[in-house]
Amino acid sequence: MSVLRLGPVSAIVRPRTAIVTAAAILVAVGLAVVSLGIGDFSLTPPRVLQVLFGGGTAREELIVNTLRLPRAALALVIGAALGISGAIVQTTARNALASPDLLGITSGASAGAVAVIVLGGTSGQAAGLLRSVGVPVAAVVGGLVAATVVALILRVVDANGVQPLLVGVGVSAFFGGLVSWMMIAASIDDAARVNVWLTGSLNNRSWPELAAAGTVTIVGLAALVPLAPRLATLSLGPETARSLGLRPGPTVTGLLLISVVMVSAATAVAGPIAFVALVAPHLARMASRSPTPPLLASATIGALVVVGSDLVARTVLTPIILPVGAVTAAVGAPFLLWLLVRGRKASA
Amino acid sequence: MLVVGVLALAAVLAVATLSIFVGTRQFDPATVFGAFTGTAGEEAHAIILGQRVPRTILGIVGGAALAVGGALVQAHTRNPLADPGLLGVTAGSALAVVLAISLLGVTTPAGYLWFAFAGALVGTVLVAVFGSVATRRRDAGPASLVLAGAAVSALLGAVTGVMLLLDTATLDVYRFWTVGSLAGGRGFEALGVVWPFLVLGLLLALVQAPALNALALGDDIAQSLGRNVAGTRMLGLAAIVLLVGGAVACIGSLGFVGLVAPHLVRRLCRDDQRALVPLAAAAGALLVLVADILGRVAVAPNEIPVGITLGVLGGPAFLVLVVRSARRRSSRRRPATPQATAARRVVSS
Repeated sequence: MSVLRLGPVSAIVRPRTAIVTAAAILVAVGLAVVSLGIGDFSLTPPRVLQVLFGGGTAREELIVNTLRLPRAALALVIGAALGISGAIVQTTARNALASPDLLGITSGASAGAVAVIVLGGTSGQAAGLLRSVGVPVAAVVGGLVAATVVALILRVVDANGVQPLLVGVGVSAFFGGLVSWMMIAASIDDAARVNVWLTGSLNNRSWPELAAAGTVTIVGLAALVPLAPRLATLSLGPETARSLGLRPGPTVTGLLLISVVMVSAATAVAGPIAFVALVAPHLARMASRSPTPPLLASATIGALVVVGSDLVARTVLTPIILPVGAVTAAVGAPFLLWLLVRGRKASA
Repeated sequence: MLVVGVLALAAVLAVATLSIFVGTRQFDPATVFGAFTGTAGEEAHAIILGQRVPRTILGIVGGAALAVGGALVQAHTRNPLADPGLLGVTAGSALAVVLAISLLGVTTPAGYLWFAFAGALVGTVLVAVFGSVATRRRDAGPASLVLAGAAVSALLGAVTGVMLLLDTATLDVYRFWTVGSLAGGRGFEALGVVWPFLVLGLLLALVQAPALNALALGDDIAQSLGRNVAGTRMLGLAAIVLLVGGAVACIGSLGFVGLVAPHLVRRLCRDDQRALVPLAAAAGALLVLVADILGRVAVAPNEIPVGITLGVLGGPAFLVLVVRSARRRSSRRRPATPQATAARRVVSS
């Protein structure tokens, strides 16, 4: 463990965490390169790298740089956003089960999107436009409504510990009820469409989605920089944090807000991809043997899980392309089980 | 404490009576009474004894079983966010039901029964195996059980999800099963088969309540107080799979009750598991019955399945409770931590 100082800013760098983060970046980028080469027109990874750096034919550049790149980049961005917001929520709640899905924002976004899919009609150009533009917009609106409700309640309820998540349970139950109501009231075709959206998918996502999710994630990361060092203090509990000179209330609220904004953007663009926000911080924490989930490692492992899952989703049942959310759990859960079972012996 | 118990029982009985009276067809008390003695008309007899009484019983039993299951999961994992589905029960049931629908063409709830139950068992055994290996390897106790549960549930859920994405016909049957409903009378037939499991599960839950009070202090302290931690945990898993698996087999995978019912009564019984188990059962039964009654009157003559009213009406109601208890707490001095209360209780007993 060593301390990095840069003027007034100092950060503790654990070598193991740094190695885990670097390794996760390498693997994630490697998987993204493999993923760029896969499809009807397939390319070897070295060839993909050549094309990426401008050495391909016009046709190859069109396919890799214009058509496939946004999807792979989106997978990285969404995975990073989910991983980092999961790490924030797990640390502030000091609960292993905590994840931003439990804050109710995801279910609010889902209710909005599902309402447009089910109630929006199925025929004509208007319906097509409604689906491509209306679904993400409705997801943002639904997520904002849920976030507002949670935020209003958190002004009354203590923001530390599991209280915000219990509030989220109530909000999720409400929106979840609406979703299942629409699910059984809808025609089976709409229900199947809803099911795909609720699974979370990167199919047919391109530059506009990447721009939206990328901007929000970068802004979120920038806002996180001044707050991140306080996360370690918060993980000691509100009383200790207070005695160390931190005001836990506003800090936690600010951190949760960042987490919510990042998750909402990811959900609006790709649907509620399950399990990444829960599993990435645990994988990061266990791999780097750190007491709390390290933020950067959580982000890179989140990106790794989503990119890897998307690769599996596109290849496992060819020619069927599964939505990525159907695979994230299948990819992430065995990792988690393996780390659990293989972990160090008690107090060795 | 006894007063609270009697009041809870009275409330369940009152709501159960209401549940028998409320519906699209209105009956006066004499007719309802007549239906039980056999002197009412054939139609009243069919509606009351054939539909309303079964769904009321189903609501009480199912709600109570899910709530007790939830209380047990939360105590064993020492995690207030744990719900009865956490330990693989619901995910296992759902996968087995989907497999039954998709591969074997089963479409009736009576046909799902054993699949739901067997799936619950398999899911829980998987969690128990991974959880116990993980607990032995690390000193993280409850957290590794929780994580093993989350991982196994997610894995089983992924298989279910893929099958539902590929097979729209199965999704068409599954979407109604998964909402959770008391209507139709089939669930009551299932109850006729699984009730011994539910009774056994409830007994196991009551038996382990004192041990759970010790477990609230942490595995090490529970051990030093002479409790068999591993044995209690196995007993807990058995009770959870019996209760939740049985309930899910009868009324589908009804969410929210198991997570929320224990929270509603936790403060009343100061986290004492011996009181929490019966009170959570009453709270769960009340929640499900009230939600079912509201689902019947909200859009009469149609009805909304209980799983939906539970979420849409229960969610906001739960929020009101959270806010009110927070207000009360901030106006009083800081309460003792659950550990401190539990320690005092173990010392005094």
